[in-house]
Amino acid sequence: MHHRQAVALVLRQFARAPVATFLTMLVIGVSLSLPAGLYSLLKNVNELARMARGEPQITLVLAANANSGAIDEIRSHLKNRGDIAEFRFISRDQALQELSKNAGLGDITAGLEKNPLPDIFTIRPAHREVESIVRLQQELQALPKVDAALLDEAWVKRLEALLGLGQKAVLILAMLLGFALVAITGNTIRLQILSARDEIEVSKLIGATDPFVRRPFLYHGALQGLCGGILAWAIVVATFQLLNGNVRILADLYSLNFHLTIPDAQDILGLLLFAALLGWLGAYLSVGRHLREIEPR
Amino acid sequence: MISFSQVSKRFPGGFEALREVTFTIEAGEMAFVTGHSGAGKSTLLKLIAAIETPSSGSVVVNGQNIGKMSRAAVPYLRRNVGLVFQDHKLLFNRTAFENVMLPLHIAGFEPTEGAKRVRAALDKVGLLNREKAFPVALSGGEQQRLCIARAIVNRPSILLADEPTGNLDANYAHDILEMFKSFNQVGVTIVIATPDPSAARDWNARLLTLDHGVLTP
Repeated sequence: MHHRQAVALVLRQFARAPVATFLTMLVIGVSLSLPAGLYSLLKNVNELARMARGEPQITLVLAANANSGAIDEIRSHLKNRGDIAEFRFISRDQALQELSKNAGLGDITAGLEKNPLPDIFTIRPAHREVESIVRLQQELQALPKVDAALLDEAWVKRLEALLGLGQKAVLILAMLLGFALVAITGNTIRLQILSARDEIEVSKLIGATDPFVRRPFLYHGALQGLCGGILAWAIVVATFQLLNGNVRILADLYSLNFHLTIPDAQDILGLLLFAALLGWLGAYLSVGRHLREIEPR
Repeated sequence: MISFSQVSKRFPGGFEALREVTFTIEAGEMAFVTGHSGAGKSTLLKLIAAIETPSSGSVVVNGQNIGKMSRAAVPYLRRNVGLVFQDHKLLFNRTAFENVMLPLHIAGFEPTEGAKRVRAALDKVGLLNREKAFPVALSGGEQQRLCIARAIVNRPSILLADEPTGNLDANYAHDILEMFKSFNQVGVTIVIATPDPSAARDWNARLLTLDHGVLTP
């Protein structure tokens, strides 16, 4: 019952000073919208990059002297590995045939004395993470009768490095602005405590426990953070909607079917919880510091 | 029961408000603490309500030693001690009803049960028809009665009043002392600090006289 009354009290406090309350929440919302927006943008870039680069693929080039026994051995090795989604064998003859079918190349291949092409396996890795793909590539490279395991590594690595950089930036930004949120909440709670000085003193005189006095302030901080989180989410959604028109035009020019997708439910929930938790923390620290100063005399 | 034994209270800076005070007020007794301004009357009441702790000696209230209580236990002692202040200490952003409801709210009463008790308390002090009024709209005497209603609403076993009639004219003061007398008749221990010892004689009550922090016989 105390909890419900504490929440009701906080809502009344919000209603009593709607402009100040909204401005504080807006500050929190804007602060949080930066890391939240950047995070969502990164997710979109990741998606875009995946669309652009297609499926990652490793090409296993076999040695010229690999006989059918060696090929079977490699085939069964590939079959037994858990980190390969599927693979396809293309024999040198098959490859030459395909090459001849291509317009204009038939003459050239016909003039060759012997088939210069190697046998190859094309492999689709089961996992998408760069490290696991690179590890797979290195292990395949070490197989007997394998000349090379080719992976368009540079492109993947460059992109992953960029995304990693972005993720770290988001993390740092989130941490810095998280501190800001704690400080903002701490300050509004300090003002609340000072304005409720008489109330706290009287409550203590008539038998209020510390948790009882603390409770409304904690709810105040958490609710303020939560509302700030909702505003941050609204800012991100509005910004993405605003940008999407231009993004669509740009994507069409590259003949990609792409638009910015707004954060999913899990991310939103995470954002709101994060905001509420930081608000609660700011309130807790502030109340802890200032409440003991108010003792009845 | 309130029991002081060899109690001294020194404040930072060396001022000694009480010196070696020893007395016992039995449960259900009515006592007046009197003395000149600065004699230590308020300090004595604050020790009973655990607002101050003794520098030496022991203060025992309802079986609990004030000097040795944990911080967390103090609120539960105070719920059993009603306090009436000279400056009322009412909350001006709440109605009369809400002011009296506060102790019950703190003690965790259900709102409906609490409302009954609040109206009973307001009725006892003659403010039942003013429950929606804010304290600013009440006269000095009404504010004092509202403060009394808040002190008794939780049915404490001890009621402490620090110069409750200090700012009131003689008629009002008489009414308020009548009120305390009626609470005492239903078993509440009453301790009233007042600079005027005549009331104690009028009411045939126990009188404790302080002179510069020392209890005089």
